[in-house]
Amino acid sequence: MNDTADVVVIGGGIVGCATAYNLARLGAGKVVLLERDYLASGATGRCGAGMRMQWGTETNCLLSRESTRMLEQLPELLDVDIDIELKQGGYLLLAYTEKMAAQFKKNLQLQNSLGIPSRWVTPAEAKEIVPHLNTAGLLGATFCAKDGHCNPFKATAAYAKAAERHGVEIRTNSEVTGIEAECCRITGVKTRWGTISTPRVVVAAGGYSKQLGRMVGVELPIYPERHEILVTEPVEPMQDSMVMSFHHNLYCQQSPHGSFIMGIGHPDEPESFNTESSWQFLGEMARRLIEILPPLAGLNVVRQWAGLYDMSPDRQPILGPAGDVEGFHVAAGFSGHGFMIAPITGQIVAEKLLGLKTALPVELLDAGRFARGDLFVEPSVV
Amino acid sequence: MSEQLEDDIIICRCEDIKLSEIRQSIADGNLSTEEIKRSCRCGMGPCQGRTCMPLVAQELAKATGKPLAEISLPTFRQPVAAISLGALAGGERHE
Repeated sequence: MNDTADVVVIGGGIVGCATAYNLARLGAGKVVLLERDYLASGATGRCGAGMRMQWGTETNCLLSRESTRMLEQLPELLDVDIDIELKQGGYLLLAYTEKMAAQFKKNLQLQNSLGIPSRWVTPAEAKEIVPHLNTAGLLGATFCAKDGHCNPFKATAAYAKAAERHGVEIRTNSEVTGIEAECCRITGVKTRWGTISTPRVVVAAGGYSKQLGRMVGVELPIYPERHEILVTEPVEPMQDSMVMSFHHNLYCQQSPHGSFIMGIGHPDEPESFNTESSWQFLGEMARRLIEILPPLAGLNVVRQWAGLYDMSPDRQPILGPAGDVEGFHVAAGFSGHGFMIAPITGQIVAEKLLGLKTALPVELLDAGRFARGDLFVEPSVV
Repeated sequence: MSEQLEDDIIICRCEDIKLSEIRQSIADGNLSTEEIKRSCRCGMGPCQGRTCMPLVAQELAKATGKPLAEISLPTFRQPVAAISLGALAGGERHE
């Protein structure tokens, strides 16, 4: 079979789907998307379903601001009839130390200068936003009312549907087993079903991106790190805002469905592809959460799971061409906040690949920044 | 049974999902129990799909023509039974 494509996108998470959609929309020709398992089966479908604009670097602020604008009208933008369950109840970021408060105030200046409507709130004001918040030891918080929740499966399905309408061929159950290159240019992508001849690939495979880069000798500084998460039974709406504490290293939000979704980051989590759940997480999560949000002690946990962050050295993604192999492009290294910035990211990666002017100036996110030492480390990650 | 009556059958009691919704999900291209679960929340409630997932698997077998034995069930995740955050937080201290 003569299997060819103008671009092959590897990865059926929201970034891969959004990239494929934009490539087809902008005239890239025949686009094939390969997914190892099923759509949103990796990091996208395992994430905390949050979206926020309160970041500490200009690029993350810009990417999330534009993506929020797009998510606010995604079904219309993509012309699909899918409810992505957007709920803008805000994000409350808690500050417990002077150092943290100073960093947050610096972040606010940056965010406000870029038009992000975040503000400083006192402990009393924070309690008005989340009435069951324990404010002991709290110095204050930052709040952005436009941050919130969105369903990762639905948002991915929306992009996939729009992509297919623009002619993208989505192939699930199609793990990539090899990428072929000749004389420093991409020539094809192999799966167990056969080889697709293509001059260009986009690697949007999250924590697996490093392995894919190595297939053509491109070393990407991206590594997988397990993050655990749990969900409770649904209850009546009682918490509009996400509550996030870098001090406790946790986040907790109530989804529109009524369930509470929460997770913690573990500072000693080693690099691995492990996505097993641990019993240690349950106890630690519960103890830390009850300290901040005591009434939630009565909620029943129904399920826990884990997923992989695709960590990069500065906790910001790598977007665009990478390495010395012509036609090799990357959209990975999202470090735990890929879902919420996917809409504009997919557009930028497609624009870069096609040599078009990008919607945002994101030169800072090129793959070469690590070798140059141009790192701007994102301080606000759980 | 008439088709209308059949459509109204509740498949997932926890999340209140009807047979018609399962069939719609399959028609939308969700051809595994994992995908159906994520598309409509079927099996995401407190019972973790113990009641509904075998029924969903039957529907998938019917729709795809595959033998039931080839339809895999979704990952069963901890905890086995719902447990309160309060109990989890205090657990180790009460041993």
